[in-house]
Amino acid sequence: MLTATNTDEGFVVFDRVQKSYDGNALVVKDLNLDIAKGEFLTMLGPSGSGKTTCLMMLAGFETATHGDIRLGGQPINNIPPHKRGIGMVFQNYALFPHMTVGENLAFPLEVRKMGKSERDEKVKRALDMVQMGEFAGRRPAQLSGGQQQRIALSRALVFEPQLVLMDEPLGALDKQLRERMQYEIKHLHERLGVTVVYVTHDQSEALTMSDRVAVFEDGRIQQLSSPDDLYERPENSFVAQFIGENNKLSGMVTGIKSGVAEVTLDNGSKVSALAVNCEQGSRSTLSIRPERVTLGGPKNKNTTEAEVLELIYLGDHIRCRMNVHGNEEFVVKVANSAGHTHLKAGEKTKVSWLAEDCRALDA
Amino acid sequence: MKLKALLLTAAATSIAATASADITVVSWGGAYTKSQVEAYHKPYAAKTGTKIISEDYNGGLAEIKSQVEAGNVTWDIVDVEMSDAVAGCDQGLLERIDPSILPAGADGTAAADDFIPGTILDCAVANIVWSTVFAYDSTKMANAPKTIADFFDTSGFPGKRGLRKSAKANLEMALAADGVATADIYDVLETPEGVDRAFAKLDTIKGDVVWWEAGAQPPQLLADGEVAMTTAYNGRIFNAVASEDKPFEIVWDAQILDFDLWVIPKGAKNKDAAMDFLAFSTATEQLAAQASWISYGPARKSSAPLVGNYATKPDLAMGPQMPTSADNMATAIVNDFEFWADNGDELNERFNAWLAK
Amino acid sequence: MTDTSAPIVTADGTPLKKKLDQAMFRSRRNAFLLVAPLLAFIIASFIIPIVVLLTQGVYDSSFRKQMPTVATFVADWDGQGEPSEEMMQAALTDIVVGLTIDRSIPTKAAVRINREVSGATSMIKKLIRATGKWKIEYEGKEQRLSDVFRNMEDEDDSGVTLLDESERRAIGVTLAKAVIAQEAPVKAKMIKADKKWADIKYWQAMKVASKAASPAYLAAALDYNYSHDGEFQQRDEDRRIHVKLFWRTLEISLIVTLACLFLGYPIAYLLSTLSVRSSNLLLILVLLPFWTSLLVRTTAWIAMLQAQGVMNDLFVVFGLAADDDRFSLIYNKTGTLIAMTHILLPFMILPLYSVMKTIPPSYVRAAKSMGATNWTAFWRVYFPQSVAGIGAGALLVFILAIGYYITPALVGGQDGQMISNMIDFHMRKSLNWNLAAALGMVLLVFVLFLFWIYDRVVGIDNMKLG
Repeated sequence: MLTATNTDEGFVVFDRVQKSYDGNALVVKDLNLDIAKGEFLTMLGPSGSGKTTCLMMLAGFETATHGDIRLGGQPINNIPPHKRGIGMVFQNYALFPHMTVGENLAFPLEVRKMGKSERDEKVKRALDMVQMGEFAGRRPAQLSGGQQQRIALSRALVFEPQLVLMDEPLGALDKQLRERMQYEIKHLHERLGVTVVYVTHDQSEALTMSDRVAVFEDGRIQQLSSPDDLYERPENSFVAQFIGENNKLSGMVTGIKSGVAEVTLDNGSKVSALAVNCEQGSRSTLSIRPERVTLGGPKNKNTTEAEVLELIYLGDHIRCRMNVHGNEEFVVKVANSAGHTHLKAGEKTKVSWLAEDCRALDA
Repeated sequence: MKLKALLLTAAATSIAATASADITVVSWGGAYTKSQVEAYHKPYAAKTGTKIISEDYNGGLAEIKSQVEAGNVTWDIVDVEMSDAVAGCDQGLLERIDPSILPAGADGTAAADDFIPGTILDCAVANIVWSTVFAYDSTKMANAPKTIADFFDTSGFPGKRGLRKSAKANLEMALAADGVATADIYDVLETPEGVDRAFAKLDTIKGDVVWWEAGAQPPQLLADGEVAMTTAYNGRIFNAVASEDKPFEIVWDAQILDFDLWVIPKGAKNKDAAMDFLAFSTATEQLAAQASWISYGPARKSSAPLVGNYATKPDLAMGPQMPTSADNMATAIVNDFEFWADNGDELNERFNAWLAK
Repeated sequence: MTDTSAPIVTADGTPLKKKLDQAMFRSRRNAFLLVAPLLAFIIASFIIPIVVLLTQGVYDSSFRKQMPTVATFVADWDGQGEPSEEMMQAALTDIVVGLTIDRSIPTKAAVRINREVSGATSMIKKLIRATGKWKIEYEGKEQRLSDVFRNMEDEDDSGVTLLDESERRAIGVTLAKAVIAQEAPVKAKMIKADKKWADIKYWQAMKVASKAASPAYLAAALDYNYSHDGEFQQRDEDRRIHVKLFWRTLEISLIVTLACLFLGYPIAYLLSTLSVRSSNLLLILVLLPFWTSLLVRTTAWIAMLQAQGVMNDLFVVFGLAADDDRFSLIYNKTGTLIAMTHILLPFMILPLYSVMKTIPPSYVRAAKSMGATNWTAFWRVYFPQSVAGIGAGALLVFILAIGYYITPALVGGQDGQMISNMIDFHMRKSLNWNLAAALGMVLLVFVLFLFWIYDRVVGIDNMKLG
């Protein structure tokens, strides 16, 4: 197995990696990424953003056009996939249909020339780990989606790899099952201490499970940070828009004073916002989370007129779509708490938010 | 008097009725069909206004048998080999032909005396005499073969041989090459020892044989250099020489004479028109005209003096090209169709078994 | 506690099982009605003709109808001794009656006897010729028998014979009695017409031919003779051919199937891994042969493989063969194998491709991620899943190969012929459709047997045709 030679470096390292399929366009542009041992890292992004390509390069099914990928300090560009010792869970599980569950799990041990008794022992343990002990004799086709998912997971772990890659493993499951599996995978990861690189396009999945999330767009990592940072402190307008719900206002930065930007919106009104990713004299997109907007409330600099356009009842809260500074898609969440303000469509009211909850990002 | 006039009108209208029917004439295709189209179809169509549909086939009675047994006969008149004419008549697949419809020869000889003896059968009337000969490419043979024995001598005349994939003709030629006089061939072949002798002779060249089935193949095999010598229908070789200027030579020794005959499948839709066409096309002039298009001999003796030169090469006399010319006839074997009707099944079976060995 | 043994009933009280059966019956009836037109078409255009044709291989009553008196007589005859006057009279009766009804009846019977023993055709024809010259009193005047027979076929103006068949038969019977009364004893006269009438083997052949349901043709299809006393003897060495051809057919079909598999598998794999655009382009190339006629493709192989052909020219240029000693690649078994493999290859590639297309690449990737080498991943994971395609393709190619005859006929020479060529020969050349049917029957049984084995070994439901 691979042993670490450079302790300063992460367990998995992408070093200036580029990838092109056709020689014209880059699908992965100058990727740099350090993943620590035992970390759960999610690559999140819309389809075509390059995240799956990165995973496949790590697994060895695609080769990097430029740059190095290192595992445990050793470059693995020229190591074939079957010698990398990386477990992998595929989107459609890829359980071998002509083998029983037990044979599927024994397969990685068999190719490692492990003795039968040891093999049986490990298969049993791996199946018990996912509460599938009595299914060893079944064929994959006789199992439900969730059961197949568990088998795929235990098969990827049965040979005790230090790194497990998961390529949208929950994509085919229904919502409820997906959420349950998210917890199971998270707990398994915590229990085994294995390094996981997880690919998904579902942001709630990424936020739920990961230690860190790398948001991919256009072949680049747009932001790499913990789930809470990602939601609360997006560094650019793509991330702000991609993660969670977001209200956008755009305008010109007219001044920045001690980290607070003065922005003149397109309708002429001025608001102040946290200067995160903007320059004086250039355009900026302001990002405000719906739950950070208050109705009425104490008057401050950012209090403004709003017209209620639509109300949607969602049980724990009410989504209120209104026209704010000319943006008719501006959403405010009104908690369904005792004595909350009752609004009607067409009604005029005032909304406000704090300058630090409004982030001035790139245009 | 009145009755006779009435009958004549009736006859005239019935002729008019038959003349208007299209007839389907089936023959072997290629240069042979062309010779018939030029010599028979065109003049007949011009004379009677009948539209003639010409179809090609590969010989044999299978199609006729299928049509007759299915009761849906679409062929009106078919050009067949002698053995098939006999077998077809035996099996009741053919209409009987009244020989009185055949016109007398141009020199006034009655049809029965004008045709080569044995070529007017119950169900068939001959139009041509053809023969199976062997031929070689003169530019490729240093030493010209002269006799049938040379054909079977692969050490004296090295190279592959082309033979038709059937017992007929091959067994006769093998015996001739083995020294049996042409007159005795069928007597010898009637005995089991004779058959063994013929196959033993064929054994001597078996490893060098390329087998052909369609008449168009032998000239092609010669032209491609696939074989040094091949048996062939004489007209096909003539055609390759006369119209494609191939350097082929025919060896007439032990040529096997055979006939092609017109037959009318039983229940033909346009039987009367077909009979009329048959009588027209086997008249002296038509048979002679055909011989200027292909080197097959006319079945009527009265046609021989009228045979002129090759239609597309006016300086090429057709007379010497005929299998029936005196020079070529010296060692000819006339195919004994009765022998083949009796022994064809058994000899073909043995031939097939011999081939597969 | 509910009683579980009580039948469950629907809301209206009928037992659920019965209700379900009713509902199922409706859907089954609808399903049947949907396929009924096709079923009727297949039965009428495929099943019935095949059954009728195959029946000819074991049932042939034509001789009984053509020579009924002889047939009745030889049925009780022990097949031994000299032919008697009585037998001769029976034959003469049948021939006279036959000629009266239709002049081709005795010769048809002769063709049938001739299949058992050579020479029967001329034996009967010589007798017809000899008797034709005999004179007989008919319709008040003495005339030659041959003229009497000819006049039977006189037609009226609309082409209908003046006497119908039963009238002619009645005349024939009277005529036959008159002829025998006048000419008896006939034995010597018949033997004078052709000495073969004295030969017992022709009578034994008539005994064989007189059995309507008889294994004679099936025996012939397996190189056996079925004798008049019901025994089977293997034919002489130099007349045995069918069994050899059946084995050769099997051998060639197997080799072609294996060759198609080895050549087709990598192509199908490539097709299934390429992008849709390139795989469609390649698929068109694979299918291209289908758009040219079989004859053209076969002839193209002749141009390629013959001694002076393209391949041999290349061999000579590269010094692999001497100019005067070129390879025999065609007009033999090699030619048949090459041409048939080429022609049947698409039938292997298409089912393989359609199965491989459905195998996701993630299986092999999963296997590799678990540590399997390329070979292990292929052999343990990919190959087992492509077996369905191999089964379908191999069966398709094999069954098509077994029935091939045009290609072997054109390029097979003497040792590349298959059993279908023999069936073709008897269908088209010798017109012995009974033997062709018997050969077809043996071939059919043979294929069904292989099908049964396939089902036993691989399982027919494991087959995916695409």
